[in-house]
Amino acid sequence: MRSKSAAAPFGLWMLIFTIVPMAIVVYFAFTDPDGQFTLANILEIRNYAKPFLSSIYLGAIATVICLVLAYPLSFIIARSTERVQQTMVMIVMIPMWMNFLLRTYAWMSILEENGFLNQFFGLFGLHFNMINTSGAIVLGMVYNFLPFMVLPLYSVMAKMDDRVIEAARDLGCNHFEVFRRIILPLSTPGIVSGITMVFVPAVSTFVISKLLGGGKNYMIGDIIEAMFVGSASNYNLGAALSLVLMILMLLCMAFTRKVDNDEETIGGMMA
Amino acid sequence: MLLRFHAAGRDDIHHTPQETFYRKGGCIYMDSKNIIRLENISVSFDDQSVLQNLDLQISDGEFVTLLGPSGCGKTTTLRIIGGFLKPDSGSVFFDDQLVTDLPPHKRPVNTIFQRYALFPHLNVFDNVAFGMQVRKMKKEEIRERVEEMLRLVNLTGFEKRSVNTLSGGQQQRVAIARALAIHPRVLLLDEPLAALDLKLRKDMQAELKNIQKRLGITFIYVTHDQEEALSMSDTVVVMDSGKIQQIGTPQDIYNEPTNAFVADFIGESNILDGVMLSDYLVEFFGRKFSCLDSGFEPNEPVDVVIRPEDIDIVEPIKGDLVGTVTSVTFKGVHYETIVDFKGFKWMIQTTDFYDVDRTIGIKLNPEDIHIMKKSEYSGMFGDYSSYSEEFDEMADPEAALTGEEAEER
Repeated sequence: MRSKSAAAPFGLWMLIFTIVPMAIVVYFAFTDPDGQFTLANILEIRNYAKPFLSSIYLGAIATVICLVLAYPLSFIIARSTERVQQTMVMIVMIPMWMNFLLRTYAWMSILEENGFLNQFFGLFGLHFNMINTSGAIVLGMVYNFLPFMVLPLYSVMAKMDDRVIEAARDLGCNHFEVFRRIILPLSTPGIVSGITMVFVPAVSTFVISKLLGGGKNYMIGDIIEAMFVGSASNYNLGAALSLVLMILMLLCMAFTRKVDNDEETIGGMMA
Repeated sequence: MLLRFHAAGRDDIHHTPQETFYRKGGCIYMDSKNIIRLENISVSFDDQSVLQNLDLQISDGEFVTLLGPSGCGKTTTLRIIGGFLKPDSGSVFFDDQLVTDLPPHKRPVNTIFQRYALFPHLNVFDNVAFGMQVRKMKKEEIRERVEEMLRLVNLTGFEKRSVNTLSGGQQQRVAIARALAIHPRVLLLDEPLAALDLKLRKDMQAELKNIQKRLGITFIYVTHDQEEALSMSDTVVVMDSGKIQQIGTPQDIYNEPTNAFVADFIGESNILDGVMLSDYLVEFFGRKFSCLDSGFEPNEPVDVVIRPEDIDIVEPIKGDLVGTVTSVTFKGVHYETIVDFKGFKWMIQTTDFYDVDRTIGIKLNPEDIHIMKKSEYSGMFGDYSSYSEEFDEMADPEAALTGEEAEER
């Protein structure tokens, strides 16, 4: 009860910056430019099924790669000495402090037809077509969003009690069994939040696909951007696309969380 | 030599006659009933020696306590037996088989950890069943044994509870059930009761001793609490600075301490400089006393131990020594009286009250005087001149920590 009055400013904040904008998005999605109610925008979306699917596809690949890279990395960091932990977390985070656009432009100049990598391969008479491919987009996503996977994984793993792992070995687990029965279930909350934090921005990105995909591989973010600032300018359709994207994300998250919860109920009950 | 490794069953223990076996350097008499043998174990962390050439033999079915102050190497010894730590040098034998390099999951030994280390993502049932599930035992058998174990530790009906909702004492019981469920030959307990409050600790001491007797398995118990060690153990191993100071029954350790460290660590002791004039005759404070000890060189300097509860207070005229009371503390059962004898302060425990500044005499019977050889610990303990309980507690970081932890609960 006593927290009620203290929560008031935050309630106001949520109202102004979350509820109201959401309502505006919904309003635009269901109206035409004259402000009349219509379902045309929503129906129009079926024409954009392909970019939707390719966004989810590329986002999912990037998320899986991030998880595969980040899991062992986080484990190694969490098992290191305090000093090494701090340094390694810092190294993971430093690229995040660089401007996002700058980082992505840097990859552009590395991957270009006459970019850094091709100049290097040229020494051996090789040439690769790297820029403007979906591979380049996935690379950009993994590079930009990897820290968002590492940090939640690292934080659950650092909290893991060494003695719990020792107890499992004591009770007969070899290293694989320790991983399967203890480390994996205890790190599941970190996996879930890592996936959320990578998948969501990856699916809706437009900068990465624009710069590294060269406009050939349209993602849903590019289309939404075009609806608002580009030539296609159509706020209502843009809002409808955003709304559907958001609902898709929510469904994905609900699914991930359900998988997580099911796993926990198999093992037992956890707060 | 019989080399058999008993996996789990308790019914097939062979009581072979005592054997003799040879090792370079001479003949060592060996009891084949030894379940664990540590030979010449040394460990150091960051160039700091933690264990030095430690030898220890533990008999099957014994309740052994490793007792010592924090940093004495007792937990390290336990971790070596459990397989969590590999010694820099030396060997670990289990049933006369070398197991120094065997990982924890292949040793018939289980551990109760200081903070229980229960699996937070599993409920009580699955925690207790864990070891059996890893061993792929039949579901039905697992269920039966979990029930049996929960009955043993008085937690019937807790199967579905999350371990995070249990009290400290209940968590400890789950940890015990979990370790015992896979029928270990040896149970290692690393200060298992340190985080519990006094009352609960006493109850659990009795319960643990009870369980050990009932199952007849070997318990190796680590503690810094001398009272706990004395009341639970068959054998106490007193350790300090990475070395074993004394091994013996609780009575031996208390009545016949081998050096000033043991005398001071186990109970209270007045420890004085003395000279052994001849067998059964010792001199200290310029007076001669008869005693029950012999086997020393004539005129050998020794440490003399007199327990505070063995001292009789008499009229000054009748006393062997005369001193002045400097402080009295009421302890419930007795008064703890500090008495100054020529600048050396003794502690005397008496049920009679003698006020500060009163002059008293004391009488010492031969059986009250215990003689020890001089050691590196001589002169470090046994004078109550600077005695203060508060100071004592402050100097024990573990005790302070335990207090805080107990309050958290």
